[in-house]
Amino acid sequence: MMRRGSIAFWIGAALFPALVFLTTQLISNEYPFFAGYVILQFIVLSVAWSILGGYAGYVNFGTSAFFGVGVYTAVLLFQSLGAPLLVQIAAAALVGALLGFAVGLLTLRMQGIFFSIATIAVTIVIETSVTNWRYLGGAAGIQIQRPPVMAPFHSYVQMLVFVQALLVVLAIVVARYIQNSWIGRGLQALRDDELAAECTGVPTLRLKLLACVVSGALMCAAGAPAAMYLQYADPASAFNLNYSVSVLAMALIGGTSHWAGPVIGAILLGVTQQLLAVTISSEVNVLVLGIMLVVFVVAAPEGIIGLFRKGLRRAGGKA
Amino acid sequence: MDLLLDAVVIGVLLGCFYAAVSIGLSVSFGLLDVPHVAHPAFLVLASYGVFFLNDRYDIDPLLAGLLITPLLFVFGLAAYRIYYETFERRGTDAAVRGIAFFFGIAFIIEVLIILHFGVDQRSVTASYIGKAWRFGDMRIPFRLVVAFAVATGLTLLLALYLSRTFMGRAIRAVAQDEEAVRLMGANPVRIKQWAFGIATAVLGVAGALLIIVAPVDPTLDRAYIGRTFCVVVMAGLGSMTGTLIASIILGIAETIVLTLFGASWAPAISFALLLGVLAVRPQGLLGRR
Repeated sequence: MMRRGSIAFWIGAALFPALVFLTTQLISNEYPFFAGYVILQFIVLSVAWSILGGYAGYVNFGTSAFFGVGVYTAVLLFQSLGAPLLVQIAAAALVGALLGFAVGLLTLRMQGIFFSIATIAVTIVIETSVTNWRYLGGAAGIQIQRPPVMAPFHSYVQMLVFVQALLVVLAIVVARYIQNSWIGRGLQALRDDELAAECTGVPTLRLKLLACVVSGALMCAAGAPAAMYLQYADPASAFNLNYSVSVLAMALIGGTSHWAGPVIGAILLGVTQQLLAVTISSEVNVLVLGIMLVVFVVAAPEGIIGLFRKGLRRAGGKA
Repeated sequence: MDLLLDAVVIGVLLGCFYAAVSIGLSVSFGLLDVPHVAHPAFLVLASYGVFFLNDRYDIDPLLAGLLITPLLFVFGLAAYRIYYETFERRGTDAAVRGIAFFFGIAFIIEVLIILHFGVDQRSVTASYIGKAWRFGDMRIPFRLVVAFAVATGLTLLLALYLSRTFMGRAIRAVAQDEEAVRLMGANPVRIKQWAFGIATAVLGVAGALLIIVAPVDPTLDRAYIGRTFCVVVMAGLGSMTGTLIASIILGIAETIVLTLFGASWAPAISFALLLGVLAVRPQGLLGRR
């Protein structure tokens, strides 16, 4: 059973980017790709968030810090060296891992709300530093001229979508591995009772650091292509706390006990947001997001995955 | 040197104002352990209430703050009830979801304010706004003096309430040992609900001060997450004296950095201070733990 599920997973993981690649070749209208890019980006972010926030139960409000650092790592490399996209992403992942390690060390002994508030604090401190960094455009932001698109893609946005699709697969593979290995079990143990986990020999501090590093690296990598996507970067939007609340909402609404939860949440909320942003306004967008977050947290604490499982159990009980 | 003295004086005044906007959190988070991330959003909401009364009916902002206080009290009672029923009573996993809950509430309030009042900055009018006192070279805005006086009064009043009245002592008893309170035959949930009501009610006057000191915009709560939590954590959870001292430290730190490095560094000061305190002395200046 396990093996068959595993084979299906890997086939899916290979098919998804192939399918995305095919659509970039077949569909020439750019608009669906603009929308699709944002949804893919949120899938990576919420899967990454869930590694620390879901498995380990540490509510990270600092998604926007990692995202923004990813954006500005790409901007810095592109402005100074003209580095290609893949180098920008790899460098962002590395910087994200380092930042995750630093945040992890700083917050090693903090729990609950203290950890969450500390992550907001990190966000604002980094945002302010970037705002005061003249070379990167300061508060006014910085324009970016995209380099010519590489074959076989016809437009830069389509290429970005393909790259982001690869990141989605990478994030899910990593999250799935963590979930099914001793690392995931250790994280879940420290989530349920950190002291008990520590006493039974789970290396809680090292696991927390590892989760911070992996989660941070993935978030930064997801943020890096955003500079090229928008052709513009400014601190107020790159470090906007809206990223934090969106990603938190997506992960919690989907359910954090399984890697599929954040994926479902990100697709559901991402599509809703794209539709709302087109038809109504971005404020209503945040309002819907906030209300859904609060409703789910109150009424369906396990998220959509939890509802689904409950439904299955009920069906199984009747049969 | 003159500049520095100026900064310190303004910093002390500003600090006492920060105490007024933080004491509510000092009760709800410091004493009751509620992860109240939405406290600054409630504060900004109160400011908009004051703005509405001042703009529409020309009521003095401080009076308007007093007028909305009962409303806020009831709002606080309801908010705690919902929080208690959905999170504290169910127990498991309450921390993670409680934090997400209040974070969501904060964003909902932010958007509702934007939808109703727009994204522009709003300010109030009163006779004492816009004037300044001069001492030689030093210029002290009168609005800051009003905020200082009222804020200090409010903080002392709440400190006295918590230490001298029966209900205030009951609140501190719940904070110290909930189980013992239960064994004495009192209902800790009722006491905590009352305390949360008080913590929200003081936001009426605090919100009035917020909009008196400077214009308010819907996303101002984000900056005040840093300031209020910095003050409460630095104070040592639940310590009223600590709250006053920590607020003054924050006020002076902000004005000094402002004069030396400029306004663009201002948002980071409270957050950096908060990080420093969390990393070095998490129990705060006058911590009980």
